[in-house]
Amino acid sequence: MTSSQAQAFEPFEPTPHPYIPNAVPAVRQAMLDAIGAASVEEFYADIPDGIRLHRPLNLPAPLRSEAELTRHMERLLGRNTTTREALSFLGAGCYQHHVPAVVDEIVDRSEFLTAYAGEPYEDHGRFQALWEYQSMMAELLDVEVVNVPVYDGFQAAGTALRMAGRVTGRRRLVIASSVGADELSRIRDYVRPDHDVTVVPVDPATGGADLAAVREALAGGEVAAVYAQAPSALGVIDAGLPDLAELAHAAGALYVVGCNPITLGVLAPPSSYGADIACGDIQPLGIHQSFGGGNAGFIATRDEERLVAEYPSRLFGLVPTEVEGEYGFGDVAYERTSFAQREEGKEWVGTAAALHGIGAGVYLALMGPQGMRDIGDTILRLTAYARARLSQVPGIEVPFGDTPHFADFTVRYTGSRSAAEIRTDLRGHGIFGGVPTGERTAAFCVTEVHTKADIDLLAATLEEIVK
Amino acid sequence: MTAHTTPAPVSPDQARIAPKPALRRFHQASWDEKLIFELGSPGERGVLVPEADPALPAPELPAALRRAEPPALPEMSQQQVLRHYLRLSQENLGADLNIDVGQGTCTMKYSPKVNDRFVRDPRIAALHPLQEEETVQGVLRIIHELEGLLKEISGMDRVSLQPGAGSAAIYTNVAMIRAYFAARGELEQRDEVITTIFSHPSNAACAKTAGFKVITLHPDADGYPDIEALKAAVGPRTAALLITNPEDTGIYNPRIEEFVRIVHEAGGLCSYDQANANGILGITRARDAGFDLCHFNLHKTFSTPHACGGPAAGACAVTADLAPYLPVPTVEFDGERYRLDDDRPESVGKMRPFYGVVPNLVRAYAWIMSLGADGLRAAAETAVLNNNYLLHKVRQIPGVEIPYAEGRPRVEQVRYSWRKLYEDTGVHSEDLGLRAADFGTHYWTSHHPYVVPEPMTLEPTESYTRADLDEYAAILAEVAREAYEEPETVRTAPHRSTVHRVRPEALDDPSTWAVSWRAYRRKILGEPS
Repeated sequence: MTSSQAQAFEPFEPTPHPYIPNAVPAVRQAMLDAIGAASVEEFYADIPDGIRLHRPLNLPAPLRSEAELTRHMERLLGRNTTTREALSFLGAGCYQHHVPAVVDEIVDRSEFLTAYAGEPYEDHGRFQALWEYQSMMAELLDVEVVNVPVYDGFQAAGTALRMAGRVTGRRRLVIASSVGADELSRIRDYVRPDHDVTVVPVDPATGGADLAAVREALAGGEVAAVYAQAPSALGVIDAGLPDLAELAHAAGALYVVGCNPITLGVLAPPSSYGADIACGDIQPLGIHQSFGGGNAGFIATRDEERLVAEYPSRLFGLVPTEVEGEYGFGDVAYERTSFAQREEGKEWVGTAAALHGIGAGVYLALMGPQGMRDIGDTILRLTAYARARLSQVPGIEVPFGDTPHFADFTVRYTGSRSAAEIRTDLRGHGIFGGVPTGERTAAFCVTEVHTKADIDLLAATLEEIVK
Repeated sequence: MTAHTTPAPVSPDQARIAPKPALRRFHQASWDEKLIFELGSPGERGVLVPEADPALPAPELPAALRRAEPPALPEMSQQQVLRHYLRLSQENLGADLNIDVGQGTCTMKYSPKVNDRFVRDPRIAALHPLQEEETVQGVLRIIHELEGLLKEISGMDRVSLQPGAGSAAIYTNVAMIRAYFAARGELEQRDEVITTIFSHPSNAACAKTAGFKVITLHPDADGYPDIEALKAAVGPRTAALLITNPEDTGIYNPRIEEFVRIVHEAGGLCSYDQANANGILGITRARDAGFDLCHFNLHKTFSTPHACGGPAAGACAVTADLAPYLPVPTVEFDGERYRLDDDRPESVGKMRPFYGVVPNLVRAYAWIMSLGADGLRAAAETAVLNNNYLLHKVRQIPGVEIPYAEGRPRVEQVRYSWRKLYEDTGVHSEDLGLRAADFGTHYWTSHHPYVVPEPMTLEPTESYTRADLDEYAAILAEVAREAYEEPETVRTAPHRSTVHRVRPEALDDPSTWAVSWRAYRRKILGEPS
C-alpha cells in the first residue's frame, strides 16, 4: 500500500461515535452553516463563564468499540456467581421463579422496550397490554381496579396507606403483621408528614397477628388503616387475617393487605376476607431477580369513587373510539394525578415500572388459572417439606410450629455457631441461603424451581455444618 | 399457467422505480386484535409448572384463606399468547422505530443494543440481592464505579443509585432535605419549598407529599424564572429550591448562581433537577452553580430504554454535608473489595427494595464507559446542535411561535407554541400531534399547565441524523399546511393508526370508567358480577 492510499483512509478526527451521527465534522459544519452559527459555542451563550467546566471531565478512557466494551463488561460479570450456578434458597422480597421464554420474548421487543409515553394512536399496543395486565390482576385479586405498576411493593404499601389516610381523614396506622425492616423503613419515611405508625409485635408462637394487642392498639382511636401481609415477611400464612378485617372495620379503619400475587392461585385474595386495599410486588410474576432490580408494585381496590379518586398512579380505562368495534384506551380520572395538578394532585407520579406490568400480564396469560393453582400448590408443598425436613436437623429449630408458610420461612440455630458463619459455610458448599435475621436465626426460601432432592441436599449439608 | 410467450422488450423508463416521496407513506399495523379475555378456550395451557413430589403433603390452610374459585384468567396455548402480544407490539411505535424527537422533556435517545445484552446475561439477571458480597463483586463494582462517574459529571461528593426513577430521586432529595433540617431542629420553621412552573410536576408534588408547602415561580417576560418573585418568596421558612436548568422551555437561566445564592443566604438548600442534563454534560455541573443536591434520570440522560414508562432508574448526588442522609445501604470500596454499608444512623432509610434498578444501572454504566469524557461532551454538543438546527427549520413553518427569550439560543429542547395557528385555523396542538402519527412519528404536547398556549416541545437529542431532523420538520410543515388548507384532515386525524380517535367521555365518570375487563362487563355490558 502506498502512503497516498493510506492517506485516503485517514479517519476523521475525532472519530464520531456510532451513537452520535451528527458529530461527523462535515455534517456538523453543514448544520452550523444552515443555522448561520459559527460554532456550537454560540448555543451555550447563556451559560456564564464562571460556571463553565474549563476542562474535560475526568473519566476513564472510553471503551469506544463494542468489542472493547463487551470484553470489559464480561470481565466484571465474571466476578458474579449466579443463582443458577449455586443452589439458591434466597427470597425475602426477591424470588427465583422460572421466567417463561415467551415473557422475555415480549418484554425484549424493541416496540415495548423503547416506547415511552405515546398517545393511544401510535402506542395502542402499550395501552392494551397494560389494561389487560390491570384486568388479569383484577381477576387474580377479585377486584375491579388495579393501577399501572408503581416502582415496587414498598412504594405500593406506602401509597396504599396514605390512600387510606385520605379516605378516613385519620392519623394513625397500625401494622399487624411481621413486616421486613426495609419495608417498614420505607413506609415510615413515606407516611411521616401525615401519619404515626404503630407496629404491633406478632404472636411469637404462631408468627401471626396478636389480635388482642391489635384490638388494644385500635382502642386508641384515630386509626386510618390496619396493615397486614399475606404471607408475612416471615412467610407466615396468618389464620387471623379475616379477624383483622373485622377489627379494622369495627374501628372505622380501612384494611390494607400486602400480598404476594403468585400465591393467589391457592390462597384467597385479600378482598375476599375484607381488605379494602390490596398491594404488593409483581416481581414473582415472570420478572428476573436482577440483583433486586426487578421489583414493581401494584395497588388494587373495589371500584368505588372514594377509593379510585385517591390513586396517585395511572389507571388505564377501556372506551370506544369514533369507529364502532374498536377498543380505545385512555387515562381514567387523569385530574387526580400530579401530571395534571402538580402539588394539588394525589402524591406524585412519574415513570415507574410499566414494562414489568406488561411482562406480568404475559406471565398470567401463559399460566392461566390452572398454572397459578399448580405453582401455588407446588410451593406450598415444598415449603412445608423444607420446614419439616430442616426441623429434623440436629441444632435447628423451625419456629411457628404448624402455621402454614409460603416460600419464605425462618430457622433458629441452637448450637454454638452463628447464622452468619453457617451462611458462609453453606456458600462453601455451593448453596446460597440462610440470610441472618438475628444472631441465631436465618431466612430460607423455596420456590417451584426447587425439588425435593434440592431440599434434601440442603438439609444434609446443614447437618454437616450446624454444630 | 398460460403458454410461454416472448415478452415485449421493456424500456429502462418502464423498469425505473420512482424516487421515494418527500414524506413517507406510513400505516401503523392494525390487527383489529381482540382483548385477551376473548381468546383461548377452557383447558388450554401456555406453560406448565413443575409438580411437587406427590408424596409431599400440602399443608392445611384455614378455610377462609383457601381460594374458593379459580381466577378467571385467560386459558391459552403458548403460541396464541405469543401471537397476541406480538400483534400488540406491532401496534406500538417504540423509539427504535420512529424519529422520537416529539416526546420533549424525556430525552429520547438511542439505547445501545449491546447494553441490553449485558442486562439479559444471567450474571446480572440471575443474581439475588441477598447473596453474600463475595459472590457479587462484579455488580457491586459496576454500581460503585457508576457512582464515581456521576460524581465527576455532577461535581458532587456522594451518589446514591437506589431511587427507582427520576421522580423517586426527586422525592429522595426532598426526603434528605427534610432529614437535614430535622437534624438541625429547623424543620418546623422551614416548611416551604420553592420550584418553578416549567420544572417537572414531580418537583412540586414530591415536596408536597413530603410535607412541604409549595411555592411556584412563574416566568418573567423573557421566560426566565422570575428572580423578583424568588426574592419575595424566600425567607426563614424556605427549606429548599427545586429547579431545572435549562427548564422545559430549553432556555438556560443565566442567573442560576444568583438564585442559589439568594436561597443559601436565607438558609435554604438548593436541589438541581437534572432531567435536562443531556445538553450540558461536560459543559457545566450542578456543583459549579453551587447546588447542594441534584438528581439524574438514568433512563433519559444515560440512555436506558424508557420501557413504556419504566422500569426507570434515578441517581441522587449530594455534597458532603448531605451525605449522611443518603439512603441505605451505600456501596463502599476499601481498595480490595466492595461491600454494602447499612450502618448509617442519619440515613433517610430505604427508598426502594435492595440497591436500585440494577439493569438500568448496568446500561448507564456501559453507556458512559463507551463514550468517555469526549463522548459525553460530543453527545451534549450534538444534542444542542440538533436542537438549534430543528429550531431553525421549525421556525420557518407558518403558524408556529417560539415564546420567550427572543433571539437567545436554546439548549437541548424548545417549547414551541401553535397559538397563532390555532387562532388562524381552530386546529389545536393536540390535533397536529395526532396527524403527525399518520406519518409514522409521535409528538406529545407538553406537561400541564399549558403556560405556553397550544404547546409542543421537541427535544432532538444527539441520536438523530440530519436527515431525520429534516424529515421531522417536513412532517410538521405538512401538518401545519394542512391545518391552514384542509383543517378537517387534521381535526379528524389519525387516519392511518391502529385505531381512531378515542371518545374519552367515559374516562372521567365513575359510572362508566372501566379499569378492568370485569368492570367493563359489569358497568358497560350489564353482565351480572
